[in-house]
Parts: sequence; structure tokens; C-alpha cells
Amino acid sequence: MHSKTVAEISAGLQQGEFSSTEITQVFLDRIDRLAEGLNCYITVTAEQALEAARKADQLRSQGKAGPLTGVPIAHKDIFCTQGVKTTCGSQMLDNFISPYDAAVVERLNDAGMVMLGKTNMDEFAMGSSNETSYFGPVKNPWDQKAVPGGSSGGSASVVASMLAPVSTGTDTGGSIRQPASLCGITGLKPTYGRISRFGMIAFASSLDQAGPMTRTAEDAAMMLNAMAGFDDRDSTCVDKEVPDYTANLSDSIKGLRIGLPTEFFGEGLDPAVADTVQAALQEYEKMGAELVDISLPNSGLSVPTYYVVAPAECSSNLSRFDGVRFGYRCDSPVDLEDLYKRSRGEGFGEEVKRRIMIGTYALSAGYYDAYYIKAQKCRRLISDDFKKAYEKVDVIMGPTAPSVAFNTGEKTDDPVSMYLSDIYTIAVNLAGLPGMSVPAGFVDGKPVGLQLIGNYFEESKLLNVAHQYQQVTDWHKQTPDAFK
Amino acid sequence: MWETVIGLEIHAQLSTKSKIFSGASTAYGAEPNTQACVIDLGLPGVLPVLNKEVVFMAARFGLAINANVARRSIFARKNYFYPDLPKGYQISQMDHPIVETGEIEINLEDGSTKKVGVTRAHLEEDAGKSLHEDFQGMTGVDLNRAGTPLLEIVSEPDMRSAKEAVAYMKKIHALVTFLEICDGNMQEGSFRCDANVSVRPKGQAEYGTRAELKNINSFKFVEKAINIEVERQIDILESGGSIVQETRLYDADKNETRSMRSKEEANDYRYFPDPDLLPVEISDAWLDEVKAGLPELPQQKKARFIEQYGLKVDDADVLTSSPSQANYFEALVAATSADAKLAANWVVGSLAAMLNKDNTDIANSPVSAEALGALLNRIADNTISGKIAKEVVEAMWQGEGSADEIIESRGLKQITDTGAIEAIIDEIIAANPEQVEQFRAGKDKVLGFFVGQVMKASKGKANPGQVNQLLKQKLSS
Repeated sequence: MHSKTVAEISAGLQQGEFSSTEITQVFLDRIDRLAEGLNCYITVTAEQALEAARKADQLRSQGKAGPLTGVPIAHKDIFCTQGVKTTCGSQMLDNFISPYDAAVVERLNDAGMVMLGKTNMDEFAMGSSNETSYFGPVKNPWDQKAVPGGSSGGSASVVASMLAPVSTGTDTGGSIRQPASLCGITGLKPTYGRISRFGMIAFASSLDQAGPMTRTAEDAAMMLNAMAGFDDRDSTCVDKEVPDYTANLSDSIKGLRIGLPTEFFGEGLDPAVADTVQAALQEYEKMGAELVDISLPNSGLSVPTYYVVAPAECSSNLSRFDGVRFGYRCDSPVDLEDLYKRSRGEGFGEEVKRRIMIGTYALSAGYYDAYYIKAQKCRRLISDDFKKAYEKVDVIMGPTAPSVAFNTGEKTDDPVSMYLSDIYTIAVNLAGLPGMSVPAGFVDGKPVGLQLIGNYFEESKLLNVAHQYQQVTDWHKQTPDAFK
Repeated sequence: MWETVIGLEIHAQLSTKSKIFSGASTAYGAEPNTQACVIDLGLPGVLPVLNKEVVFMAARFGLAINANVARRSIFARKNYFYPDLPKGYQISQMDHPIVETGEIEINLEDGSTKKVGVTRAHLEEDAGKSLHEDFQGMTGVDLNRAGTPLLEIVSEPDMRSAKEAVAYMKKIHALVTFLEICDGNMQEGSFRCDANVSVRPKGQAEYGTRAELKNINSFKFVEKAINIEVERQIDILESGGSIVQETRLYDADKNETRSMRSKEEANDYRYFPDPDLLPVEISDAWLDEVKAGLPELPQQKKARFIEQYGLKVDDADVLTSSPSQANYFEALVAATSADAKLAANWVVGSLAAMLNKDNTDIANSPVSAEALGALLNRIADNTISGKIAKEVVEAMWQGEGSADEIIESRGLKQITDTGAIEAIIDEIIAANPEQVEQFRAGKDKVLGFFVGQVMKASKGKANPGQVNQLLKQKLSS
């Protein structure tokens, strides 16, 4: 039962094959047995889950159930959940019980979904391996020596190990797509502004976007139907009609023009990963798609641009964690300055402090023009590259990550090499475009992800293209032996 | 030999019902931390949403000072740590404020006017309050005020004396209250200012080094603080020292300014555009609508009062210094058949004196414009004299009833019966033969003595005009 997709659980509940309480219990039992080894959950909300499941069953008996009513889910611990600890992977918020629900959580609660718990993540979503979490590293279900990717590493790990059928993630520079790739699941980062950011703890406000992490594109479409939509509590949320994302999944992709940026297939890409991606592209050709070579000439600017913009925004966003009103406070501060210095010095981990320092520097008087303003200009160039590309192609494809999952500890002493694992995903956030990662094969027994990048608000197209691939391949159906 | 240079930064609290970026109430005086929602508290995950009313209010102000209202303005974050600043940054405007380059005319004591430039006015959120007393060495934080909308109005360094600074501040105060964008309540901190003060030798083109006097919340203190600061700076310069650029605090009890922090300790605020908020876009059509809806401004009202009612410039100035003054005056004119000039005299004279004595303002006057109008009617129709009217209004102030009731119950009706007045005059003339002689010898001034005596004998009720006329007749015959 635990290997069912969201669509299958939804159908099973509708047909009365099992109740929400039953399926919820199945996942809670598995979590009990297997979660600790992977360290993928920070908080498990068993009691609340069973309560929510009972309510969902009741709703169903009253004929008030929607497609997601009673389906279990895990939330990344970056989303505020009322009455439940919300840590953002940090000691800073180890004691923080949110008094309110994030918009995403609220919407999925309203859809009747059952929260199993909160997933582990890189501290404040800063990391690409889930090793910066205060709660310890998460393991990759395919190879427990390897990282699951990050920052939504816990969310990827729980779906890959079937400790939840679906999870929520957030993506600032690849934090949904890269762990989805490394854990062999499907991850969708929608267009910036498609899903409300209200209640999602901010890392870099102009880049952060929530999205679903699922086993299939169909599940992602079902999830996006519930997650997307205008919210007047987020000024950057776009007031645009939400289509039924499941409606066009079966459309033919004959004649689809797929752009292949030469910059995504050059130096730095593991040759075996390159081969796997090429094989996937051939599947698309077989389905009648046309492969078009394109260039994104400024994509080399992505990583440096991102590592100015994101730290600059985070240095300001994380100022509220000061030990005054909530969160970690140092022992016996002697004065205000001591309170600030020690609360923040002790409460934040190394990577978070590194990025706050970089961002503070980039925004400082005398450096602002050379760093922040220049990065904004580069950002415009990167977006313009994509705009030009979409005059010629419908979607852009390439690898999600330059390699399969690396081993825990392998890159922790080399931040730059760690930052490069997001080299193909970052530009998408800088441009605000929708992007996906879908399972496309294995190298040395570890999953490889294919990245799909769409034009603004063309999630329907992206999901259709991903779903068609999943109709002719079964990479997304593979599950790690240890968690069958 | 020294010239003072002053620029003011005025913080006007915009009178919206809810905060600039949240739905929490802005009402003053609630229990600490009862009017701060999750957004005002800066909890993890919350986002600001702009209250559109503040844009309307800022646009009104910009139009009223003939400024450029920016079609696109941008909110920026001003980063610094302080316990009453929940997010660790204040949302303000930096490079692209909503109002740019306007000007306002101020009235100087010698009757002349002067134009003062307004560099910019920008929208921002207020911080909370730190309470240092009553917490045994700790600090209490009240976040009710956090997120209250402010319009910060920055002047050019155009003022040359404390008096000019006060005149400017009063002018802006009148403007924002007439525009109904700020309640102008200085005691509650709704209208306060920082003054940048420097001195330079007369004739020198460059400005001297300035000190910034923080958070002054009354017209009186602005004048005092600037004067004492100017004195301090001149003393230093004349004894061979130099001024340090710094922020200073005015202590009203000791009438001195004290250093808060120097430029070296100043923060680098690391301003950058707030990624949580979109640029504020304003269309020409919307701005035209705001313009069409502007109320009569103090300057226009003053001109109209002079033109329509024949008022003196001084009186018109006082009557247009606040909406409540102007409203009271016009209600009074509407309520009485007496001349508008008489009405103006009463408002700026007797009424102002009584309000002052009771330390209250015209909006809370115990005698309404309608009640005062009824009193002025009795002057106009010769029922009572102006002097008696002052006695009547005192009684009205004490709540003894309407003008007519008091005139009736106290028997204050003017004597206009010629026979009765003649009888009194005859008595007075008979009793003062010496003064009669003097008058007849050509000493006209003695007439005043007789008028006084007759009025006294009639207890002030005799009609003064008639008394004058009849006395002249009788004394000359």
C-alpha cells in the first residue's frame, strides 16, 4: 500500500478500498520503523495525523471529499504549521511553535490532506546536501553513504523511501529539483509568484518558491492544482487563473521543440550522467519531439550572480532571528550587544553565518554598486537569454545536477564545489521560470534526473511533457531495495 | 557674525485605521503588545502587504506642495538591529521616494513670506517602543506602534533661525491636518521632527558641520532646542573648537542637548529594494482624481477669508492655522447676522484667551459656534454692548445657559430708552459742575469722564452710542 502514488491513493480512497485512517497508519508504521535511519523527519505528528485522517474519512462519508482528501503528506520544516514545531533545520528555531499556518499548509489542509510530519532540511534552506541541518544529515535511500541533495533533502528522502507519498519542498536555487534528481523522484518548482510564499520562512525572497515533490508528474499536477493560486498576503503572488493541471497530461507532444543549451552539456558534467540524459532525449525524439541546439550565453554568470543576490537578501531576512521575541537566546546575556552576538553566533550554523557575512558585505556602503547592483544587471541578462530561447523552443532540457549523489562529507570542506552542484538549476530561479526534475536513469545504482524548464506560467506544458516521458519509461517506478 | 542653517525632517503619522503593511489597528494608547499581529511581530514567514491608503495620502501631500509625485516609487529595507525593530530592518523608501521636490511658503514675524524647499517625502513604517523603566535593569518592548505608517518630510536647509523653523513646522502641521492625512497630535507623537542645525560665519558659502537633534515633539521645544544648540555651537567655534557631526538629544527639563552617537558610530544601513514588495505604480488618471478631490488648502482658505470676509491678514492667518479654527470660524459666521470681522475678533480674541486659560482647544470649546453666534446677534441688534457680551460669554462658558437666557436672567438688556438715559445724564451733570465747566471751556477729553460715569451708573447697560450723543447735546446746551 505504501508504494502507491497520490493518484492511486486518491482512487483507492474514492473506491473505498481503504480508509484514510488505514493508509495513514501504514505510513506512520513505516516512519516508526525506517525514518530514524534516514534522519528524514524532524517532527512526526502521529496523533494529529490520525485525527486529520479520521476527519477526512468523515468528510468522505458525507460526500464532501475532494481528490486529495485523506491523502498523507509530509511538509518541509520551512513551512509554518500552527501548534507544531517549525525549525527550518536550525537550532535558532528548535523551540519555535508557529502560531499560524503557512498559505501552502492552509491550502493543503483545506484540501483535506493529512500531515504526517515535518521533514529535515538544510539550515534555513542553505545547502545542497542536507548536511547543514542542525538536526544532522539526511541519508539518500538509494545509498545511505550518499547525500540526498538539498535543501529539501528530507522531503526528497521521505518520498523516495516511501515514508510519505508526497511532500512539499521549496526551491531557491535548485532545492526541489536537485534533491529530486539525487533521490530519483519528480520535483516541480513552479513559476515565481504561482504559489504564495506567506508562512514559508524566507531565505532569498526574490527567488524562493514552493512546489510539490512526488513520485510522478501526474501527482505533481494534482498537487499543483491545490497549491497554486492568488493570496493577498503575498504581494509577489500573481493573480492569474489556475488551470486544471491534470487536464493536458495526455496531450501528444509530437512536434514539441526541445531546446538543448550547449552550456548545460559542457565541462563539469559527469560523462555518465551526460549519457543518461542523452538517452532520455532520444526517448523524446521517438515520441516525435524535435531537439534544437540553443545557447544561453550568460549562464556562466548564474552561480556568481546567485551567490550575491541570495546572500544579500538572506542577510536581511535572517535579521529577525535576534533572540528577542522568539527562537534561540543565549544564556545570561550581559547586555544587548552580547545578547545579539551570542544568540546569533550560537544559534546559526556555519553555512548560514557564511552567507549572512557574504550578503552583509555585498550590501555595504562602497560595495553595493559593485556587487548587488551588478548582480541585478546580470540577472536581467540571464532572463533575457531564456526569453530569446523561448522564441525558438517550447521547453528547455538538460541535466538537473552535474553528478549523481556524492558521499556525505565529500564536499563539506569545499563550499564552492558544493555550490556548483546547483549550476544547472540556479539560472531558472534567477529568471523566475518553472522547472522540473524527473527520474531518467541510474549511474552506479544512483538516480539521475532530467531537468525540464518551461516558459512563464507554462506548468501545464511542463507537466504534460514530463508525464508523456513517464508513460514510456519506468525510471520513476524504481524504488530502493532497502525500502520496498 | 554667525548665520544659522536649519533643515527639518518631519515625521507625520498618517491617519489610517490599519498599519502600513498589516491589518492591525493603529489606535493610540492600547495595552502594550495588544495591537501587534504576526506581521508586526516579524514572525518567521510573514510578509508585508502595502496599505493603499498611505499612497493616496502621500500623493495628496505631494500635490499640495506642488511636488513631483513619482509614478513609480520603491520600498527599501533599512537594516539595523534594535529590540523595538522586530524584523531587524525598517521598510522605508530610499532612492525612489513617492514625493520629490516641492516647496511651501512660510510667514515670518515681520509680515514677509519665504519659500522653503521640500527635498522629498517618503513612506515608511514606525518602530515599536522600548520602555526602560519599571523592568529592574531590563528593557520592555511594546510593538503596538510597530508598522504605523509615517510620511517623512525632508526640507532643504533653507531656514535661518529657530523662528523660521517653527514657522515652517507650523505650516506643514496645518497642511497635513487640512489634508486630513495626519491628526497632528504632537503629544501622542503623531507629528514630530528632527532638526539638522549648523552655524557658519555670515557670508560663507559652505555649510558648517551639523548636529541632528532627534525627536522633538512640540513647537516650543523646537525653538528652544535649536536656540540652545546654536548657542552651544557658537561657543565651541568662538573658543577655537570644532563641531562634531553627531546625533543629539534635546532634554526639555534641563534645556540642553546631549550627544547620542557620533558619525563614527553611525550604522551602515545597507539599504536595498525590499524583494517582498512590488514597486508602487501610480497612473496619471489616478493622480488627477486625487487632485480633483483635494480639500481647500490653508493658503487658499486664507486668501478667501481676506477676500470674502474682509479679514485682516493676521486674523486670517490665525483662523487658517488649523482645520478646527477655520471650521469654527465659518460655522460662527453662518450662525450669526453680525459682521464677519466681529466674529473673527471674537475667535482670535476672547475665545482664544478663554481656551488658552482652560488649556483646551477650539474643537473642544465649551461654547459652540452656534451658541456664540446667538450672542453676537445680540450685539448686532443692540440688545447688549460688546462689554456686556464678555460677561455673558463667561457665564455661557460656565454652562449657565444660552446667551438670551443669561441676558434675561441677569437683566443685562441694554437701556435704549432715551428718557431713561437722559435721567441718568441729568443726575451726573448735576453732580459734577466742575467737569461741566471744563468741558464748556473746550476740554473735550472730559466727555470720556462723563461717558464712564453714565455707563457706571447704568451698570454698563446704557447704549454707548446713545449716551455719547445725548451727553454732547446736554453739555453743549
